[in-house]
Amino acid sequence: MKFLGIIVVVITGALLVYTTGDFPSWSDPASPASTHVSPHYIEKGMHETAAPNIVTAVLADYRGFDTLFETTVVFCAGVVCFFLLRIPGRSPFTECQYRHKATGITVRVKHDRKMSGSFGEFERIDTLWTPHDLIIQTACRILIPFIQLFALYVIAHGHHSPGGGFQGGVILGASIILLAISHDLRTALDRLGEKAHAILCSVGVLVYAGTGAVCMVLGFNFLDYGALARILHVDPVMARSHGILVVEVGVGLAVMAALIWIYSNVSSRGNYDEGL
Amino acid sequence: MSEIISSVVAHYNYWIYIALMMIGLYAVIGKKNLIKKIIGVNIFQTAIILFYVSIGAKKGATIPIIHHGPGGGHHETTASVIEASQYMNPLPHVLMLTAIVVAVATLGVALALAIKVYNQYGTLEEDEILSRIRVR
Repeated sequence: MKFLGIIVVVITGALLVYTTGDFPSWSDPASPASTHVSPHYIEKGMHETAAPNIVTAVLADYRGFDTLFETTVVFCAGVVCFFLLRIPGRSPFTECQYRHKATGITVRVKHDRKMSGSFGEFERIDTLWTPHDLIIQTACRILIPFIQLFALYVIAHGHHSPGGGFQGGVILGASIILLAISHDLRTALDRLGEKAHAILCSVGVLVYAGTGAVCMVLGFNFLDYGALARILHVDPVMARSHGILVVEVGVGLAVMAALIWIYSNVSSRGNYDEGL
Repeated sequence: MSEIISSVVAHYNYWIYIALMMIGLYAVIGKKNLIKKIIGVNIFQTAIILFYVSIGAKKGATIPIIHHGPGGGHHETTASVIEASQYMNPLPHVLMLTAIVVAVATLGVALALAIKVYNQYGTLEEDEILSRIRVR
């Protein structure tokens, strides 16, 4: 099997190497990819959408349908992870370990699933618990708000600088995942619960599709943001810029929620109890 | 000889992507562990992303963000005419931007499936899983 694999791989590689002679050279300005539709985007994009970042303009406006369905794919991935792994309350009773903070004594308690959580002088700990590193916890606690602030900047400033909904959403999701790694999964779920993941993920896609539907209601094509000019009282070109921003917010919400949803399902094997 | 070298230098981005793609393809075909196969698929994906992004490059061009003046409004350009040759091709960047995020999401689905397989058969080795399916 390995020998056969090597033969297949080498034949495929040889065929691809054989075809490279017909490809345009590296960074050739006259290559086919740069001659048909991309000059129009670069030269006219700014005048048609008022977004200096052409990547964002193409992403959310010219290729809006593509991005809508890419967002739907991310949403579907989150839903699929949920349906594959989530175990809804298998037994009403669960065994948890609690640690007395002052003395470090661990007690094992069997109780109702609903009352899990830290209370008083006792904190809930994982089965394979090791003392949390104070430096890591403190550094992450200080860093996370700034990471989230930067993520919001990346989403909101996506027109003018490198950024946009996908990147900002991933950074937002990563900040919550960092909280889950540096503390534990339950801490992160206390901040942003399971229902919030599902709702935010759906709301993100809904904001995107809803923007398109509003354009349709106003008598334009689906995702033709020029229609928003009547609601926002700006000229149609600026309306496109604002429409891109609304859509990017939707993408950011969907991507953030989907990533946290996937992480909390995969890392806890679906019982949302003990993460990594 | 010098022609061959200049041809290789002019096409080296394709050589790198082919090398990465061969590594990924071999991992998918040759490895028996499902996690290693998933890693192989991801290396394959990285090769395609590199291929697309390298297509978008132009000699002497900058990133595809139109420079706007410091004094003027946010949405007015300093140069009235924008030359397409000054800016890189934005289209491959757009395609790969979404592809990267979708790749992460589908990686999550792949890992979820791997967890389900592990719960069912107690192993992630392909041949052991097949033998356990046949026994049943």
